[in-house]
Amino acid sequence: MDTERNARIGKLKWHCRRALLELDLVFQRFWAREQDAVDESSEAVLTRLLELEDHDLWALVSNKRTTDDVEFAAMIKRLQKI
Amino acid sequence: MKYTVRKFDAVIVGAGGAGLRAAIQLSEAGMKTAVLTKVFPTRSHTVAAQGGVAASLGNSDEDHWHWHMYDTVKGSDWLGDQDAIEFMVRNANECVIELEHYGMPFDRLDNGRIYQRPFGGHMSNFGEKPVRRSCAAADRTGHAMLHAMYQRNVKVNTQFFVEWQALDLIRDAEGEVLGVTAMDMETGEVVAFHAKATIFATGGAGRIYYSSTNAFINTGDGVGMAARAGIPLEDMEFWQFHPTGVAGAGVLITEGVRGEGGILRNSLGERFMERYAPNAKDLASRDIVSRAMVTEINEGRGCGPNKDFVLLDITHLDPETIMKRLPGIHEIAVQFAGVDCLKEPIPVVPTCHYQMGGIPTNYLGQVVVPQGDNHSTPVPGFFAAGECACASVHGANRLGTNSLLDLLVFGKSAGETAVNELKAGARTHKPLPAEAIERTLARLDRLNTQKDGADVHETRLAMQRTMQKHAGVFRFKDMLKEGVEKILAIEQDVGRTQINDKSMVFNTARIEALELDNLIEVAKATIVSANARTESRGAHVRDDAPNTTEHPNGRDDKNWHKHTLWYRENNRLDYKPVQMKPMTVDSIELKTRAY
Ligand SMILES: Cc1cc2nc3c(=O)[nH]c(=O)nc-3n(C[C@H](O)[C@H](O)[C@H](O)COP(=O)(O)OP(=O)(O)OC[C@H]3O[C@@H](n4cnc5c(N)ncnc54)[C@H](O)[C@@H]3O)c2cc1C
Repeated sequence: MDTERNARIGKLKWHCRRALLELDLVFQRFWAREQDAVDESSEAVLTRLLELEDHDLWALVSNKRTTDDVEFAAMIKRLQKI
Repeated sequence: MKYTVRKFDAVIVGAGGAGLRAAIQLSEAGMKTAVLTKVFPTRSHTVAAQGGVAASLGNSDEDHWHWHMYDTVKGSDWLGDQDAIEFMVRNANECVIELEHYGMPFDRLDNGRIYQRPFGGHMSNFGEKPVRRSCAAADRTGHAMLHAMYQRNVKVNTQFFVEWQALDLIRDAEGEVLGVTAMDMETGEVVAFHAKATIFATGGAGRIYYSSTNAFINTGDGVGMAARAGIPLEDMEFWQFHPTGVAGAGVLITEGVRGEGGILRNSLGERFMERYAPNAKDLASRDIVSRAMVTEINEGRGCGPNKDFVLLDITHLDPETIMKRLPGIHEIAVQFAGVDCLKEPIPVVPTCHYQMGGIPTNYLGQVVVPQGDNHSTPVPGFFAAGECACASVHGANRLGTNSLLDLLVFGKSAGETAVNELKAGARTHKPLPAEAIERTLARLDRLNTQKDGADVHETRLAMQRTMQKHAGVFRFKDMLKEGVEKILAIEQDVGRTQINDKSMVFNTARIEALELDNLIEVAKATIVSANARTESRGAHVRDDAPNTTEHPNGRDDKNWHKHTLWYRENNRLDYKPVQMKPMTVDSIELKTRAY
């Protein structure tokens, strides 16, 4: 992995450290499964998604709420994979 | 390795509820204040708190701080210090109202006052009947609290260092605390934060257990740093467990599930709670349910290939009721247990929830240690508040909603005491001892150059599994003894962890290795203290200290009505008396704890 990407992924991964255990677990699973599949466009969506408040993010992942943002919706689907 | 020095009046480690509250106090007084935090402040674990914060406002029912005090002393199984408890409950109303002024959107009654709801263990008139004492902001109390306090801090110019990991406490030869060393995660740069006052507000360490409701960030960093700097840790054997965490994940399944008719079953399909609590059955109190679950597992009636969990069955309930009354449970079961709980039961285990012990403090927020005849001498320049500290108000068992109160009251009080000392000119920037900083650099260097070392994830997992098995919710004499040996062996591996990625920018492998250095201190303190305390009290329950007429609930006041102090050096244990004398009222005398 080139150093720049390594640094960007490191930062994204750290931003996946959340206040809610539920989200920590979802992201742990996500990275274990998809680390290599996170291309630059996924990075951009994740960066935006991780700006959300924890409760709002969990509401999306747990289907309590939906989003009109198509990129978010697609990423949420990936996060929900078990 | 090089480092730079930055000077502040005060440095606060942690931007959860306790850290933000302390920072307000200092910045408002015009002190140059730095707050270091591993994550953005409003992503601190306080966000997870939903139940509310206790205060005897008396808006919904008649209430009095003295009743709240009684409940807290009783909840603590008489291990809480009564001066600190009186201080906390008497300051509760003011702290909640202040929060309201910072903009916290509390739920309200029609008359505009803060709405209050009931919560387990909070009673009126010295234990007579439940009282509505918890103030909440919908189901986002902790989140709303952090937002309100973060905004306030921005207004009063608190300087935030976000995504910085504090590494070690800086203490000089006289024992005075002069700041912390920390690493900027974005660059790997090491900085010595030189301060006249240092406040730890780093939260709990629930991740020492395999099954924990705590987010990954709760690695006990402040507690570990204090231990490495020679500060003893108080009452670390006391951890509150929640009976129903999803097995293997820890995510909390609310009590409401059993309230709606959920049934716990063992591998034989038996409703085993009928044997342990014939009347209350699955609705018995948290500790009784947890103990019954562990007994079933230990006696071979656990489920799954390793027979290490039991099942929470709601398949007999009407699916519509489940979806309506227990929102979110279905999704939690799908996501974290991989089951459709409408058709299959959910695997559950008792799960670590809250750390009662921590860095010993008094009600002023000063860190205190034994010195000569005084068992509570303040360490100059050092303060702590919130879950990392032990004031001690929760004693052997915390009441729900009292921890958010703890962090408000003692966060404020730690900040206030620091302000007073600074204003009085009692603290200066004493010269930084180079050796203290060298110790951090040596630790980083060791990690960077380690060869043939131990894997961080495997070592952490070994520690977590050992703690869960040997010092879990129900404790067994021989298991504890064996567990001490195992944890001490794992400590050796922690001392030789290896990381393959040596990069400087957001190197999560390095961050996690450094966190493990703290977790192991907490694990040692917990299991060594638990092994030594041969009674049952509050959340510490041992099979060899059962309920007898001589020792109701297994509690042995004659020998064990005292606080534990664990020292890192040689795992030495010391004890200090419980403060039974409140500030103004009469002592609440020892009694058997019964609800
Ligand atoms: C699921 C759940 C629900 C709960 N509900 C309630 C409730 O309803 N009512 C109640 O009273 N209590 C509740 N509690 C308990 C309560 O939430 C916590 O005890 C409390 O929030 C702890 O606050 P704190 O400020 O001490 O620490 P935290 O909020 O955990 O903050 C710790 C801070 O320290 C920082 N930090 C840690 N280590 C370092 C380091 N090395 N360098 C820099 N920064 C560092 C972190 O970044 C963070 O900012 C609940 C707990 C859980 C797990």
